[in-house]
Amino acid sequence: MTTDVPATRPPRSPLRHRVTRLAEKVTTPLLPADYLDLFHPLRSGADLRGRIEEVVPETADAATIVIRPGADWAGHVPGQYVRIGVDVDGVRQWRAYSLTHGPRADGRISITVKAVPGGKVSNHLVRWAQSGTLVHLEQAAGEFVLPAKGTKLLFVTAGSGITPVIGMLRNLFPVADDGVVRMPRSAGYDITVVHVAPSEPASIFLSNLRDLDRAGLVRLVARYDDVHGVLDVSDLGDLVPDLEERTTFACGPAGLLDAVQAHHEERGLPLLTEQFRVATVVTGEGGTVRFRNGTSIEADGGTPILTAAEDAGLLMPSGCRMGICYGCVLPMRSGAVRDLRTGDLTTAAPGDDVKIQTCVSAAAGACDIDH
Amino acid sequence: MTVMQKKDHDPTAHLTSEDVERLGEELDAIRASVVATRGERDAAYIRRVISVQRKLELGSRAVLLVSIFPPAWILGTAGLALAKIIENMEVGHNVMHGQWDWMRDPKIHSTTWEWDNASPSEQWKHSHNELHHTYTNVVGKDNDLGYGIMRVDEDQRWVPLYLAQPLWNFLNACFFEYGIAAYDLELGKNLATRKRRSSPEFKARARQVLRKIRGQVTKDYLAHPILSGPSFLHTLTANATANLVRNLWTHSVIMCGHFPEGVETFERRSINGETRGEWYLRQMLGSANITGTRAMHFMTGNLSFQVEHHLFPDLPSNRYQEIAPQVRALFEKYGLTYVTGSLPHQVGSAWKKVFRLSLPNDFGSTAHAKVLELVRPARREDEAQAA
Ligand SMILES: Cc1cc2nc3c(=O)[nH]c(=O)nc-3n(C[C@H](O)[C@H](O)[C@H](O)COP(=O)(O)OP(=O)(O)OC[C@H]3O[C@@H](n4cnc5c(N)ncnc54)[C@H](O)[C@@H]3O)c2cc1C
Ligand code: FES
Repeated sequence: MTTDVPATRPPRSPLRHRVTRLAEKVTTPLLPADYLDLFHPLRSGADLRGRIEEVVPETADAATIVIRPGADWAGHVPGQYVRIGVDVDGVRQWRAYSLTHGPRADGRISITVKAVPGGKVSNHLVRWAQSGTLVHLEQAAGEFVLPAKGTKLLFVTAGSGITPVIGMLRNLFPVADDGVVRMPRSAGYDITVVHVAPSEPASIFLSNLRDLDRAGLVRLVARYDDVHGVLDVSDLGDLVPDLEERTTFACGPAGLLDAVQAHHEERGLPLLTEQFRVATVVTGEGGTVRFRNGTSIEADGGTPILTAAEDAGLLMPSGCRMGICYGCVLPMRSGAVRDLRTGDLTTAAPGDDVKIQTCVSAAAGACDIDH
Repeated sequence: MTVMQKKDHDPTAHLTSEDVERLGEELDAIRASVVATRGERDAAYIRRVISVQRKLELGSRAVLLVSIFPPAWILGTAGLALAKIIENMEVGHNVMHGQWDWMRDPKIHSTTWEWDNASPSEQWKHSHNELHHTYTNVVGKDNDLGYGIMRVDEDQRWVPLYLAQPLWNFLNACFFEYGIAAYDLELGKNLATRKRRSSPEFKARARQVLRKIRGQVTKDYLAHPILSGPSFLHTLTANATANLVRNLWTHSVIMCGHFPEGVETFERRSINGETRGEWYLRQMLGSANITGTRAMHFMTGNLSFQVEHHLFPDLPSNRYQEIAPQVRALFEKYGLTYVTGSLPHQVGSAWKKVFRLSLPNDFGSTAHAKVLELVRPARREDEAQAA
């Protein structure tokens, strides 16, 4: 690595700084970290990484991955997600996964992944992940978190959208050997979960939800498409009689979230949502995308510039990859891009430097990206 | 060599332009087959090489802390020389070509890599990837043809400076990393006029080189010797030796890439409007391979597959060996000569050329006359003075 790549952490003291500088003189053009990483990749001061320690199957196409994070892992608030960089077929891929664990004495973290058809990372993690493998991590992030003070809540989850909610529930109601533990701090929460899945066997965490329901800690309303038909959001009021008194947290596919949003807006009810993927609605003609280093790629009108550039081997900044975190924003010097979610065109005349979210923007003609 | 276009026998005369385009398509297909199968095996390969290289370097440097003991000096120097060669060749050169960019690992990427060499990677990438690989063997465009200090082609004009080119070549081999730095900086051209000398761009690049060199020299000739305490001088000589060995080795390997007999050169005009097929053809005729063991290929950074490398500069180096038989079959199919030979043979061939071309092309016939011409006026002056 180059010496001009900043160390992951600012040095803690002048002495430490001095020692670091001296060590760099010995290792240049590499950094001391490049050698230390060979022996201790999870140490404090290293780029944040984790080691997969366990892979636990949940359903036929979902698994929980338990990871020992590096020493600098700063913890998380239940409901948050972690970005994880996994090498699939030798290529580093970054995806976001909700943290699905409650408080853990062993300091490990876990994610629960559902393999989506044709999905690169989810299938790799569910079917091929092996303990011992190093993965790359970022600190936990996300606003979809449990309110600090106990209130009346409704969770509406569909499919793998249950994962952040499970993270919250496990935090409130940890499970010990002899069953679920009632924590004093959890007393103020009154929780109903409306969980939607295509069918019962495909439902991740169903047994957890049932245990909680049986223990009287949450009220579970499970709806299976193959038994009850696809959920009609206008039925929410019947399924949850005290809906008006609750704050709703919804996580699932765009269709469901849009419906809940419309439903709640009409009634003036509080709502927080989290979505796992971009709902592409509009595509158009693509174009040639040029980058500062001279790389130029032909991107079609349906592929985010982020993906097209990564496929061409460029290193691109990214975050959630679905238009919420702004971790992928780059200036467009000139050209036109289309927002895949809305179809809106953004254009830049030479010198405009319009900031675009590359993860949800596709080329709509030639464009020149300052990266 | 004489540029191909001026030769009596053009080695491509039998190929129609359709043949050349078909050849290009066949090469594209080889490239596509590698790209389609790049994956975990390749990623594991380069990670292992980097890991082994770093451990070898660390181990050797640790041994050199007690280099005052002769066995430690020998072992440490050998290990360090080996580590430096691997770092420059199989790792640095190839990573900076973007051969591993597809892995999207920011730590093994052409845009972030810095190598253990006097030349900053940014400048090397420009002169090597953009100029040499684009204009391979085009006389007057590819400065790698003699690095601007030697004449390695009949079509390069002879000047008396070239009389000493065997000496220049030897010195360049010993200090090769500085030669590369000066070359990447285009020092000759940039020092020639005051305007160029004082241009802010040149000054900035020169500062960048000096900074890099200062870092490199401090590491090898100050920091590590100091760490060695009583072994200060021994570690210093060990590091100097390792750098010298690395320089001689890389210089030899690189000479074998384009200088041996049988490699073609091209006229400036010949690349105007060049098609992809013609570009491929030029790379095929303009490069030479080295035969040898697996270990030898590894130590050359797989530049022993120079032909394959020049056809596909950004394919992972571990794959060149695998596609070499297919590439060679295309040479045969299209009636072209695949120039290759053992390391001693190719090095000898390149050196022979350096010696031969240190003299004018027609030395022996017209040169004799030229010398006489030089001498005669002087004699006339003498006679005039005497009179
Ligand atoms: C904040 C956040 C939290 C998330 N938490 C979780 C979690 O806890 N568990 C989990 O399993 N996933 C979660 N995801 C989704 C996850 O990040 C990946 O998008 C998902 O695993 C698919 O990645 P992939 O590489 O397998 O698919 P890709 O190779 O990227 O996509 C392949 C195909 O699958 C489609 N696709 C992409 N994402 C989904 C999806 N979520 N559902 C159905 N089809 C999809 C794509 O449109 C494409 O056609 C979360 C996403 C975000 C943004
Ligand atoms: S990656 Fe999060 S907004 Fe684009």
